[in-house]
Amino acid sequence: MMFKQRTNLWNNFWVYLILFTLVLFFILPMLWLVIAPFSSKASLAVKITLPSLNNFRELFKNKIAILAFKNSFIISFSSTIIVTITSMLAAYALSRTNFKWRSTLLYALLLFSTVVTGIAAMVPLFVLNLRLGLIDSYLSVIFVFIGGFLPVSIFIIKDFFDAIPKDYEEAAIVAGSTPSQGFFRIILPLSQQGMVVIALYIFMNTWGSFLMPFILLRSVNKYPVSVAIYTFFTQEGLPLLGLLSAYSLLYSLPVIVLYIIINRKFGFGFHGGLKG
Amino acid sequence: MHDVAFEKVTKKFGKVVAVNNISFQVNKGELFTLLGPSGCGKTTTLRLIAGLEIPQSGNIYIKGKNVEKLLPKDRNIGMVFQNYALFPHMNVFDNIAYPLKIRKQPQKEILHKVTEIAKNLQTEELLSRKPNQISGGQQQRVALGRAMVQEPNVFLFDEPLSNLDAKLRTEARSFLKHLQKEMKTTAIYVTHDQKEAMALSDRIAILDKGVIMQVGTPKEVYKNPENVFVAGFIGDPPMNLLDCSIKYNQNKTVLDFLQFKLNISPIRDLLREKVNNEEVIIFGIRPEDIKIEYKDVSPNSIKGEVFVVERLGPETIIHVKIGNLILIVRDFSEPNINMGDTIWLKIDLNSVHIYKKEDGKIII
Repeated sequence: MMFKQRTNLWNNFWVYLILFTLVLFFILPMLWLVIAPFSSKASLAVKITLPSLNNFRELFKNKIAILAFKNSFIISFSSTIIVTITSMLAAYALSRTNFKWRSTLLYALLLFSTVVTGIAAMVPLFVLNLRLGLIDSYLSVIFVFIGGFLPVSIFIIKDFFDAIPKDYEEAAIVAGSTPSQGFFRIILPLSQQGMVVIALYIFMNTWGSFLMPFILLRSVNKYPVSVAIYTFFTQEGLPLLGLLSAYSLLYSLPVIVLYIIINRKFGFGFHGGLKG
Repeated sequence: MHDVAFEKVTKKFGKVVAVNNISFQVNKGELFTLLGPSGCGKTTTLRLIAGLEIPQSGNIYIKGKNVEKLLPKDRNIGMVFQNYALFPHMNVFDNIAYPLKIRKQPQKEILHKVTEIAKNLQTEELLSRKPNQISGGQQQRVALGRAMVQEPNVFLFDEPLSNLDAKLRTEARSFLKHLQKEMKTTAIYVTHDQKEAMALSDRIAILDKGVIMQVGTPKEVYKNPENVFVAGFIGDPPMNLLDCSIKYNQNKTVLDFLQFKLNISPIRDLLREKVNNEEVIIFGIRPEDIKIEYKDVSPNSIKGEVFVVERLGPETIIHVKIGNLILIVRDFSEPNINMGDTIWLKIDLNSVHIYKKEDGKIII
C-alpha cells in the first residue's frame, strides 16, 4: 500500500513538472501582453516595473492606429453579418432538400474555402481584384472573406438545422404558416445558439486575419488593426515595443469582450440545442 | 357530402409506390382510422390530406372542395404529430395560440380561446411552462389543443398515443374519443395498433402496401374480413389460417390438412359451386370459435397436444399442436390444463372462413 502511494507521488511529480512547463509556455506571452503595455520601458522580457499609461497616451496621438480600429470594425462586421445571413439561408435549403451530389458539393466547397483564404490563392486573388478594380478598397477584403468563410459556415449551420426535426416546420405549416414564417418563427429561434457561435467564429477570424488585407489594401489609412501593427517599427526595422504592446492589448479586447458577452447570454454548446 | 374524399390517389417516392390508386370517403363527424403495418402508406395518406405531400395523380376533396392547388395553410387542418412537435422555445400558451397568432386574430380573442381550450383539456396551470417541463401525457394534450384552437375542418392524428406508456394510453384513448364526439369534428386517425383502431373508430380502413384491403366498422372487419390480410391483421391473437385441400366425397365433404381431416358436410353447399375438388384453399377460424374438450366425445373433433398455455386473467390462450400445425384457442372458462396434455378441439363450422389460395380473397 505504502509502496503504491509512493510511486503515485513520484509519477505525479513528473506529471506536474511537465504540466507546469507547458502552462508556462502558454502563459508567458499572455503575461507579457498584460504587463508590457503598462510599463514605462517595455522590453521583450516579462518584467514588472512602475505602472504608467504613457504607452496609451502615445498611441492615441497616432491617427493611423485609431483609424485602423474603424477599418477593422467595418471589415469584420460586414463580413460577419453577410456570411451569417447568407450561409443561414443556404444551409437551410441544403438541409431540407436532398439531391444527388449534395454532400459532394458541400465537401468540395469546404475544401476550396480553405484554399481561398490561404496562401495558395494569394496571387490569383490579387489579380482578380486588380482586374475588378477593387484593390485598395474594403470591398476587396470583404469579398475574399465572404468567399472564404461561407462554405465552412454553411457546413456547420447545416448541421444545426439537420438536428432540428422536420416535424416542427410541418406542424407550423399545417397550423397556418407559410414556409418562410416556419423558418423565421420556428427554425431560427431554435438554432439561435448556432448562429451566434458561427458569427463569433467569423468575427474572430476576420478580425485576426493579416494576409488578405495586407495584400489587397494599399493605403495606410485603410489598414485594419492586424496590418496597422506593422507600422510600429522604427526606420531601422526595430519594433517600438511600448506602443506595440499597448496596441496589441487593445486589439485583443473586442474579441475577448464579445466572447464574454455571448458566453453569458447563450452559453457555448456545439449542438442543435433541442430538448424533447 | 363527405368531409374528406380520396379519388384514385397515387403517391410515389421515386420508384416506391407509397399509396396506390386509393379511394375512400370519410363521413361528417366520423372518426375514421387508417390501420396497417409500418410502410403500408397510412402516414403518407394522412400527409396527403394535410398537403405535406402532393399526389402524382388522383383527387383529394376536403368538405367537397378539391384541394389540389391549396397550400397546407389554406386547408384549415388540425394535426397532431406522433412526437407532438410542440415548439420547444415557446410556452404552452404560445404553442396553443400559434395557429391564431399566425392568422393575425385579435389579442383578446386569442386569450379567450386559448384559456377556454386549456380549461377543456385540463392544462390551465401549465400555460406558462415550456414543453420540456411537462409530462408526455400533458404534451399530448397541448398538441391536441394546438390542433383544436383554429376549429379545423378535419383533425389528423398521426399515431398520437404511441409515445405514451400503456396505462396512460388507454386513458388518453377514451379522452380523445370523447372529445372528438363532443366536438363533432371529423377525424382521421393513423395507427398500426389494431386494438386502438377497434376501440376508437367509427370505421376503419385497413391498408397494406399502399392498397386499401377493406373499409368497414370495427365489427364488420372483425366478423367478416374480406381477405386473408385483414383476417390475419385484426384480432389478438389473430385468426388461425391454415392451408388445406377440399375433397367432395359421396357422403361427406372434408378439408384435408394432411395432419388431420375436418368434416365440413354441413356447409358443403356454400362451397360446392365456388371451389373445385382437390383445390387448395386457406381455412380460417378465430381462436374463440374453437372449443376444447377433455375427452374424445364428438365425432368431428381434432386431437392435439397442449403446446403453451397463457393465462391472461379473464381469458386463457392455448396453443395446441396437431402434428406440425399449431392452432390458437381462446377460452374463457379458466381450463385446468397444462403443457403436454392431450385435448380435443371442436371447431364451430358456422364461424369458418374460407379464402382463395392465389389472391387471398374470401369465398365464404
